[in-house]
Amino acid sequence: MPLRLEIVTAERVVFSEEVDMVSAPSADGRVGVLPRHEPMLALLLPGELHYVKNGVSMPFAISGGFIEVLPDRVTILADTAERADEIDEARAEAARQRAEERMRQRHSEEDFIRAEAELRRALVRLQVARLRRERGSR
Amino acid sequence: MASAREIRRRIRSVKNTGKITKAMELVSASKMRRAQRNVLATRPYADRLYDVMGELTVRSLGGSSDHPLLQAHSSIRHVALIVVTPDRGLCGALNSNVIRAASRFILEQREQGRSVDVLAVGKKGRDFMYRTDQSVAAEIIGLGDAPPLVDVLPIATEAIKGYIPNEQGAHRYDEVYLLYTEFVNTLVQRPKLRRFLPVDPPGDAGQTKVDYSYEPGREEVLDQLLPRFIEVQLYQAILESIASEHSARMIAMRNANDNAKELVRDLTLTYNKARQAAITKEISEIAAGAVALE
Repeated sequence: MPLRLEIVTAERVVFSEEVDMVSAPSADGRVGVLPRHEPMLALLLPGELHYVKNGVSMPFAISGGFIEVLPDRVTILADTAERADEIDEARAEAARQRAEERMRQRHSEEDFIRAEAELRRALVRLQVARLRRERGSR
Repeated sequence: MASAREIRRRIRSVKNTGKITKAMELVSASKMRRAQRNVLATRPYADRLYDVMGELTVRSLGGSSDHPLLQAHSSIRHVALIVVTPDRGLCGALNSNVIRAASRFILEQREQGRSVDVLAVGKKGRDFMYRTDQSVAAEIIGLGDAPPLVDVLPIATEAIKGYIPNEQGAHRYDEVYLLYTEFVNTLVQRPKLRRFLPVDPPGDAGQTKVDYSYEPGREEVLDQLLPRFIEVQLYQAILESIASEHSARMIAMRNANDNAKELVRDLTLTYNKARQAAITKEISEIAAGAVALE
């Protein structure tokens, strides 16, 4: 029985394919989902989500959201989602510094909220990029 | 009748204007297609969220929840209005339609003794509100043609924070309304006003009829879900307004283009008549001169 994984953000559908297994950072710990999982709705924390297809694991960086599990379908409603191998670590680091700087300046409340969201996103990117590098060097 | 040279100058200037409007039409057409694609791209997320929320509010909580974003306030005295307009003009009647609807709304609310705070998205709406001395509580301008979600969050956050009572039970807004331009099709865009907060829980239509288990719990999930639901609704409204803006501009520019062509045709006719008249006059003068010499 196949398991369809859909990763959607408010901006677009990031990923939609049939996979063998999904592992996601839920609020109560990491959850692994195989086909015929019981229906579940869980909060996701910022972190690394990956799926396994034909024995190959692919990571995504997500910055929070929800996971909806049905027996034959997993939908990730993510705030932001990026494939880990698309992340440029240097750029993520630059984005983190920029966001921190903007938060310190505190021009206006709107600016602060925006900077905070950017910072959160940059942090997850960095975390996932590092995880990936460590795994690669092992 | 104007001289041939003046008419020629006029023709040239109209042709130049026509070139500009033609270019703007083409640019708007491609921006409109992209904007429409962006609107469609948010649907999967919004639809899933809507279903899940229907599931949570209708089925699990029996249609009632004490979540503050679902609770209507008992007396309505302060209202917030989110007005979404383009940053730029030259898009037909789109701006004036939205602004007229906003003014009507504000006047109606005033008549009922309510005060209105404006949250402005887009320069045209904001400028109007400043010009007419409305109280503008927040504004976002310069969103561009394809804004990411994070750029519109401040307005959603302001609406949510203003609506939810703080520890002392005080809040700024009793209701929040959203006014944007609905994209019906390329030719028709109309201003649309709807209640934004409190949230209307989806009815039976939003039910997926599945008995989920929740992690960490229903209330916690709902607590995270509602703000997202509100944000994506605002985001969709803004994207739809952007698509409307570009298609309205495309149509306006097409009309300008047609008018320019017609004007050039009329002017060319006038020019040729003037030229013909001048030649006829010259010939008759020469002929008259020749007759006089005989």
